[in-house]
Amino acid sequence: MTTITVDGRVVGFAPGATVMEAALAGGIDIPRLCHHPELRPSGGCRLCLVEVEGMPKPVPACGLACRDGMVVATVGDRLWAMRREIIDLFVSEHPLACSTCEADGACDLQRYAAAVGVTESTHPTEVHRSLYQDDNPFFVRDHQYCILCGKCVRVCDEVVGVNAIDFAGRGFESHVATPFDGDLIESACVFCGSCVQVCPTAALRPVTRLRRGREAEFARVRTICGYCGVGCGIEYALAEGQIVYAAGYPGAPVNGEFLCAKGRSGWDFVSSPDRLTRPLVRRDLAYRAGLTTDPWEMPDTSPLGSRKADTEAFLPVSWEVALGLVADRLAAVVTEHGPDAVAGLASARCTNEENYLFQKLMRAGIGTNNVDHCARLCHASTVAGLGAAFGSGAMTNPIREIREADCLLITGSNTAESHPVIGYEVVRAVKRGASLVIIDPRRIPLVDHATLWLQPRPGMDVFVFLAMMHVILRGGWEDPAFIAERTEGFEALAAAVREHPPEVAALASGVPAALIEEAARVYALGARAAGGDERPRGRGRSSILYAMGITQRSNGTDLVRALADLAMLCGHLGKPATGVNPLRGQSNVQGACDVGALPNVLPGYQPVADAEKRAAVAAAWGVSHLPESPGLTVVEMMRAATAGRVRAMYVMGENPMISDPNLTHVEEALRSLDLLVVQDIFPSETALLAHVILPAASSLEKDGTFTNTERRVQLLAPVVPAPGQARPDWEIVGRLAEAVAARLGREGGPRWRFGSTADIMAELGQVTPQYRGIGHERLEGESLVWPCPAPGHPGTPILHTTAFTRGRGLFHPVRAALPAEQPDDEYPLILTTGRILVHYHSGTMTRRSESLAWREPRGFAEVNAADAATAGVLDGKPMIIRSRRGEVRTQARVTDRVPPGVVFLSFHWKEGAANLLTSDESLDPVAKIPELKVSAVRIERPARP
Amino acid sequence: MSFDSSAPADAGPRERPRLRKFAYRGDPLAEPPPPELSEIISRHRGERDGLITVLEEIQRRFGYLGERQLRYVARDLGFPLARIYGVVTFYNWFLLTPPGLHQVKVCRGTACHVNGSALILDRLIAELAIGVDETTPDGRLTLQTVACVGACSLAAVVVVGSDTYGRMSPEEALRTLAALPGGDGDSG
Repeated sequence: MTTITVDGRVVGFAPGATVMEAALAGGIDIPRLCHHPELRPSGGCRLCLVEVEGMPKPVPACGLACRDGMVVATVGDRLWAMRREIIDLFVSEHPLACSTCEADGACDLQRYAAAVGVTESTHPTEVHRSLYQDDNPFFVRDHQYCILCGKCVRVCDEVVGVNAIDFAGRGFESHVATPFDGDLIESACVFCGSCVQVCPTAALRPVTRLRRGREAEFARVRTICGYCGVGCGIEYALAEGQIVYAAGYPGAPVNGEFLCAKGRSGWDFVSSPDRLTRPLVRRDLAYRAGLTTDPWEMPDTSPLGSRKADTEAFLPVSWEVALGLVADRLAAVVTEHGPDAVAGLASARCTNEENYLFQKLMRAGIGTNNVDHCARLCHASTVAGLGAAFGSGAMTNPIREIREADCLLITGSNTAESHPVIGYEVVRAVKRGASLVIIDPRRIPLVDHATLWLQPRPGMDVFVFLAMMHVILRGGWEDPAFIAERTEGFEALAAAVREHPPEVAALASGVPAALIEEAARVYALGARAAGGDERPRGRGRSSILYAMGITQRSNGTDLVRALADLAMLCGHLGKPATGVNPLRGQSNVQGACDVGALPNVLPGYQPVADAEKRAAVAAAWGVSHLPESPGLTVVEMMRAATAGRVRAMYVMGENPMISDPNLTHVEEALRSLDLLVVQDIFPSETALLAHVILPAASSLEKDGTFTNTERRVQLLAPVVPAPGQARPDWEIVGRLAEAVAARLGREGGPRWRFGSTADIMAELGQVTPQYRGIGHERLEGESLVWPCPAPGHPGTPILHTTAFTRGRGLFHPVRAALPAEQPDDEYPLILTTGRILVHYHSGTMTRRSESLAWREPRGFAEVNAADAATAGVLDGKPMIIRSRRGEVRTQARVTDRVPPGVVFLSFHWKEGAANLLTSDESLDPVAKIPELKVSAVRIERPARP
Repeated sequence: MSFDSSAPADAGPRERPRLRKFAYRGDPLAEPPPPELSEIISRHRGERDGLITVLEEIQRRFGYLGERQLRYVARDLGFPLARIYGVVTFYNWFLLTPPGLHQVKVCRGTACHVNGSALILDRLIAELAIGVDETTPDGRLTLQTVACVGACSLAAVVVVGSDTYGRMSPEEALRTLAALPGGDGDSG
């Protein structure tokens, strides 16, 4: 082992490590202000000067590479004299007003000033930078405290990759600035606050933190973010039980210490006055149940049209009354129409324990497999496609390995906006010299970092994938050993892709053949970007990242399989920094699938049709049998409700009135139900159609586990108490299940009463093979990546290392299919839907966050200048988008982010709801996922502006 | 420059900001760049180290660097706009606003300093009633400093446009500026 000696102690070092890194790893602290472990050394502050034997003068440890046998001293009279002078110079431009400073106790400059005994500068003190910038609700920049360490500038460049700020001016006028010293919102800033995270002084502070006291007075609680599927660790600072601000913390397994705008600033929804705090019964049902003497009729105005979420139509009742009413009605539907007349929507935003209990209620309590959740609308095709190809439908490799890849292929994922912290990994990979191939019709923000950008017409990417495989085989770039030893079905694939030369794909997709060929070469060989530091070895490591641009398609399962074929062809699986990586959209969508909130599988993806597995789970639950035919999927439930086959629905933490395709049909379906129960934290558009609303606790108010997109199971901790009578979902589901069992005369059956989420997890592990070794006791301050089949098992960060879950990987010759709906004369444009950075899903949380709503208060659509001109649509002005299903009115933004022929509309808004336009007809035949990414539309300038 | 070195340091707790409402302002670069700018930009496409050259060419052509021009450079050549602004504000030579008819540069090098260039600068500031890097209201003169022009044998030096004037005193400098074309005393 190679070692250096630091202050008489021998410490080892990894190849390429600096003296700073080796010392810190060995537990030796070196003073530093501009160093950050995730940033390249800048050597600017000079505080980390160390003496090295054989060198005449002190050198900065942060930029000094270790050499075997090096002898280093980090302390000594000369070093401390130098450090004292450096601090003296710093404070000559920095007010030492520590007694009133909000960073008191959390300031690195204060700490080192104390260490060297500087109480005031010996130089004339003059603060040259006194600008105070508070142009946004996320954070303020208070220049008087800035010491120009440059960490904010570097993190914005090296991690976030947007370069919103840089040094401007010279000499005493040097300062960190946006372009033209303008407002942040006019810059490239994404408001992630990574600059605030790394700032060593009070120069950058969250707005919510102003005037809230001293750092030392705050309590701190760590939990997992409740937004997207990345699963970032967040630390909340609290004063008097209220959240003051949120921050990352070093060592969080997924995100290190970085967050996005939603994670850092989007927590204030918890204290919104709109929160549901009491169970509510709709007044017509309340009248019929004798709870009130006032008759009332449900109006037929759509909740999409109402200005604000108004619960006037509901009567607050006690939990006993609400649950009793729901149990009575559910039992009546089961008795009169059979268990399959009941359907349940679980939630990708509730915990594993809650989803487990929910599907158990549907299967063992009610007796139906009619349980699904919004994974149907996002990655059902992944679960089906990767399940068939590999045997497991989940991300194959860890998020933290993305930075180590030589080539990243991103397709159908707007990573920087939908999974921002994974976007940071991509930026880091590119900064290290990786090539980035993006296949996407939209100019997504990461295109700024791309080596190659292939821009297929929406729906035509399948031709590109097939042609890439054609080119790979033609060029001999496949991995014959991997194909022979690890896969089956290669001959059929080879024969199929022979039909797809790049010239044909170019005609279909609009991507030049030469670009397809180059993308194929770069991906297959894992070729690094030109100018990147070359690594001396053969095939590089290529990783595929994809999301809903692939899956939300009428041929989504086939597209997923095409990506699986591509990876297997080149052997980019089962090794670090490779793989096929579906990025999942919600905090626990992976977990909700894992624990069986799907109509065709029991917990752990055990098919309901498999008699043996079904019997085993039935035995574990203490029921004689479980329903054997697969239940209804999300879209099928809505159709069945309209047809009268489903009479009652129980919706936990989902908002199909915004998120499901063809909202006109969804509303019709929900209104036709005999009983709609919605359990939520807000009166969502769906809840406003319910008969009974049950108030739930948010993820910041409870414990349990989330499983992130890389299969990592992490423990939540309650940060604040739930408001009013709101309860955690697992308690509500458990109590309701008990009440239903009592009414159906099924007492003494399955266990519904649990003392804690840890108890539920213990049962969950017994019936879910992948989670067998995961108990809450193992997750305290830790996390585990499934499969974890036994109590001592360390977890499995990389899947398919020696064999695929199904044995051999199965190639699948994909047929090139066109989108179900093609543009025509009447509807000449293609609508594609998606997320934007500062909002999330149906907006119930983010639109109630002051800062996020400030950044993007209203919905908008992106349209190309050519199409806007044809339709007479003006930039920034209202526009009407019409499809065969409906029309919406929204703001037009004329931009080259979309090519001619394509309109993009985000789906977060009830005003101008994108899903009024999408189709619920064209479902993927295997996964039953609707084609949300391609709808034929036309745009118009409204008659009335 | 938007910071004020004379403002007192305020270390007290701050109030939460009162915010302007967000308004979508449209894409400032929806139109293609003008042909002359486009020509310069396209000659330097793909040059990762060509930023300063591009900025120099634009300033030589247009006299200064306009905000829109820099936005086009950022977008079309792939340099972060914040970095471009950093470069432009670092180098004295680059101008973000149109200069006056004559650019007057007082040399502040060592030899010129010894020969009284500080007195020249103070006098010009007083007489012209403008600060360094500012332009007279009539647009005639822009006052700047320069660290050294390499003409130390002629100290103290004032450079006007591309002409160098040596052995300057405050009075001589004022007379030189008064004699420049475009002023009150200009009959031609």
